[in-house]
Amino acid sequence: MAEQAITGWRKWAEGIGEQCIFFSRFFRNIFTGGFEWSEFVRQCYEIGYRSMMLVGITSFIMGLVLIVQLRPSLVELGAASMLPKTLAVSLIREIGPVITAIICAGKIASSIGAELGSMKVTEQIDAMEVSGANPLQYLVVTRVFATSIMVPLLAIIGDVIGLFGGFLALNITDNISLSLYFTKCISSLDFSDLLPAVVKTVFFGFAIGFVGCYKGYHSNKGTESVGIAANSAVVTASLWIFVIDAIAVQITSLLFYH
Amino acid sequence: MKAADQHNETKKQIPAKAKKQDEVVIHAKGLKKGFVDKEVLRDITFDLKRGENMVILGKSGQGKSVTIQCIVGMLKPNAGELTVFGEKVAELNDEELKQLRIKIGFLFQSGALYDSMTVRENLEFPLTRVLKLNDQQEIDKRVEEVLDGVGLLDAIDKLPSDLSGGMRKRVGLARTMIVKPEIMLYDEPTTGLDPITSREISELILHLQEKYKTSSVIITHDMECARITADRVLVMDNGEFIAEGSFKELQKSDNKIVRSFFNQEI
Ligand SMILES: Nc1ncnc2c1ncn2[C@@H]1O[C@H](COP(=O)(O)OP(=O)(O)OP(=O)(O)O)[C@@H](O)[C@H]1O
Ligand SMILES: [Mg+2]
Repeated sequence: MAEQAITGWRKWAEGIGEQCIFFSRFFRNIFTGGFEWSEFVRQCYEIGYRSMMLVGITSFIMGLVLIVQLRPSLVELGAASMLPKTLAVSLIREIGPVITAIICAGKIASSIGAELGSMKVTEQIDAMEVSGANPLQYLVVTRVFATSIMVPLLAIIGDVIGLFGGFLALNITDNISLSLYFTKCISSLDFSDLLPAVVKTVFFGFAIGFVGCYKGYHSNKGTESVGIAANSAVVTASLWIFVIDAIAVQITSLLFYH
Repeated sequence: MKAADQHNETKKQIPAKAKKQDEVVIHAKGLKKGFVDKEVLRDITFDLKRGENMVILGKSGQGKSVTIQCIVGMLKPNAGELTVFGEKVAELNDEELKQLRIKIGFLFQSGALYDSMTVRENLEFPLTRVLKLNDQQEIDKRVEEVLDGVGLLDAIDKLPSDLSGGMRKRVGLARTMIVKPEIMLYDEPTTGLDPITSREISELILHLQEKYKTSSVIITHDMECARITADRVLVMDNGEFIAEGSFKELQKSDNKIVRSFFNQEI
């Protein structure tokens, strides 16, 4: 029993060590020159294209649902006119980024994990390495950069769609015009809402790309390890998203809300 | 007439070859490699000379693949000496290892084609990423030339998933050869192929050796392939080489393990 626990912990510690090494290799490769532009653009397109629909639909429903849920309490407080502001702040500060990131973790981290995992299993990564090419540059740097850029973009699009969903819900009961609604939303937001939210999503995107690549790149040889890589990429990336979110909230509140 | 020509050609080559013949490109002495739970290589000793085709025979799981993975630095031996072109592989840094790997071609058992790329892109990859060529005309020329060499020019725009096993092997071979490596390591180049395709691949290996003067290590279970390609055969058992000689010499061997390989053919 105790022995099992110890090997468990040792595995975990070794995993952390491996991730640090992988990170430093990744980091060195950013600066070695020869950025793979065409692969990067292809990845951006793939990532955006694969997740756009899903992010759009979920954000729309989130905006809609939030308004329906918030309305009774705010009406009771006599603050029904605060609805757009409340929605805008909660959606943009927190719910939009996190929902988008979680969806991307499920969609993108898993597919990167599975893709690199199967390249590992079929010896494609070994072949690249042995040929003297740089698989880290070609496969990892491009994907991590692509997710770091595309996840914030998706989050912004998701925010807008979410606000629109809120508008539809509000319009049923309150008969507010679209332009008035969006004016209210935008005027209630300031720099301290937008900037941290965007910065946070860059880190979410980084975590998604990095974890996906790490899990795929370090998967074992054997067909079942592709599934394991994809699965643990999702789990680990989601966990990282919440950890980063917790840290980000602390930092933002220190910097802006005092 | 043809035979006489060939004879002449081999004769002509002798002086040129003799000069470099004794140059050792891979030198391994007392290599040991074990994994967590078992010892795989116990005492691997061999020299590969320039321009030579060396065949390694051995049962499954004896450590043949591990041996050639040590040569390219994918695995680090636990003990022993291993030099390639006079450089100690274990002591090279990343950049030096990369430079060494450019001179070594490694044909994976599976072919290891990049399955998101077409055949053309597969072949361009080492040219643009390893040799850093920019001139598209030159790239096209080399791709078409090498693909023609393996007889697959009409598959140039296909994806690996649309190719048969034998075609994949040949594309893999083309991709490794396109950078004109000085040493080729073949991991079971003919396994899983029908006798006719196997023979074609074996002859291709021989042809490439003659054309580019490469030195090769060929791992195989296929005696026909060994017979066609080998200048020298080594038999591996239990992490050691137990017999060495030309194909003809080993055919006469009375060692039980060696016999078991050669008997399957008769
Ligand atoms: N990376 C590794 N980690 C742990 N064990 C390994 C690793 N690579 C190989 N082995 C073990 O080393 C032994 C030799 O493997 P190797 O692949 O060299 O066999 P082989 O002689 O090439 O056999 P085959 O003809 O089936 O390809 C096997 O028992 C294998 O389990
Ligand atoms: Mg093998």
